[in-house]
Amino acid sequence: MLENFSFRTIVEYLPLFGQGFAATLWLSIVSFAGALAVGIILCAMNLQRSRLLQLPAKIYIDAIRATPLLAQLYFLYFGLPRLGVVLPELFVGILALALNSGAYIAEIIRAGILSISRGQVEAGIASGMTYSQRMRLVILPQAIRVTIPPLLGQAIVLVKDSALLSLISVAELTRAGQLLASDRFMPAEGFVTTAACYLVLYYGLKSLAAFSARWLGVRPIGSRT
Amino acid sequence: MIWFQLQSLMGSYPLALRGLGMTIALSGISLVLGTILGFAFGVLRTSGSRLLDSAIGLWVDLIRGTPFLVQIFLIFFILPELGVELDAFTAGIIALTNLAACFICEIVAAGIRSVPTGQVEAALASGLSQWQRMRQVVLPQAMRVSLPPLVGQYVLLIKDSSVVSAIGLTDLTRVGWLVVQRVPNGLLVFAIVGIGYFAVCYPLILLARRLERRMSAAHGEVQL
Repeated sequence: MLENFSFRTIVEYLPLFGQGFAATLWLSIVSFAGALAVGIILCAMNLQRSRLLQLPAKIYIDAIRATPLLAQLYFLYFGLPRLGVVLPELFVGILALALNSGAYIAEIIRAGILSISRGQVEAGIASGMTYSQRMRLVILPQAIRVTIPPLLGQAIVLVKDSALLSLISVAELTRAGQLLASDRFMPAEGFVTTAACYLVLYYGLKSLAAFSARWLGVRPIGSRT
Repeated sequence: MIWFQLQSLMGSYPLALRGLGMTIALSGISLVLGTILGFAFGVLRTSGSRLLDSAIGLWVDLIRGTPFLVQIFLIFFILPELGVELDAFTAGIIALTNLAACFICEIVAAGIRSVPTGQVEAALASGLSQWQRMRQVVLPQAMRVSLPPLVGQYVLLIKDSSVVSAIGLTDLTRVGWLVVQRVPNGLLVFAIVGIGYFAVCYPLILLARRLERRMSAAHGEVQL
């Protein structure tokens, strides 16, 4: 098999992989932006004193974290039409990724906010700041610093998770590999090229995360990505 | 209407149970094998050999940098071409074990690196052999740091096992996919699938949280 590994076929399919790469890139960016929005809302709810706001956020986060993304994706893919909402596969995929990563991002932001020492909050109170001033001027500027590297770690997870969208036939990177594998019966060529493209994204994001950690003077991301 | 669908779903009860069994068997076997391999790799990574360290590091990066779905496809479609006959279950076990070993290796290595060098030096001074040092001094302390993320990682791996449904293995997610072709109510079917995973994963999430709290409490005690 390896002796007739066909680079020529890969070159032939390069435009398809280029399209797949671009699709994975932009759908990951859109999903990540959505996930940030979901995460910020969930985290804001979770930090409130009112149980009425806190409880739904907690239940949502736990439900997302205890179930696989693929099941969530199918839930939306097969479930939304049932509610009369018919969306293209791509939107369903982006929605699933945003809703899934949002739960993890909420926890990342929460950990960042809780990492700010109590003294900072007390100093804010002593200076006569209101809650929103304290949040805006004291806590968030410091919290954002520590959350950036883990957020980039979550971006890595999201890019890899986006491969699952190929299972609901979204045209992205893994789909390109599947097409080459099934059209020409060349799974090796197809999936090795796919893997190589993901590695480009992975190493790019990983060095960005390391750079940001150094630049911000915080601990680099852990091993969970 | 919904009553009719529920009745129809009740008919799929044995299938669902088989799917849950498959998910548990697959994750269980891979987690045990992956933990053993992961510990071995983690110890090797910190053994001081630069070559071993960077070789394992490269492999871990390759696995962590690519989607699990692509890894499964690579193993399932390419190993047979190299003359290794394997069914979907074996391919799933290989892929998941490899993934588990890579993540666990990093957790264990981080745990070992967190043990102060004074501890190792003390063990050396007491004349302990390398094996004794590892087993009686370093690993017990490393375990305290590694245990919470290890349990958290198990949850991620159990969830990742759902991806093997892509090569046709009848696990819980695949059962949902099969049932939804017959009973066209995706919300209901995948809510039930979700409950299945939740029942397995949530206790582990709670355990990880408890261990984490205990760990940070213990740290507070030491630092004061």
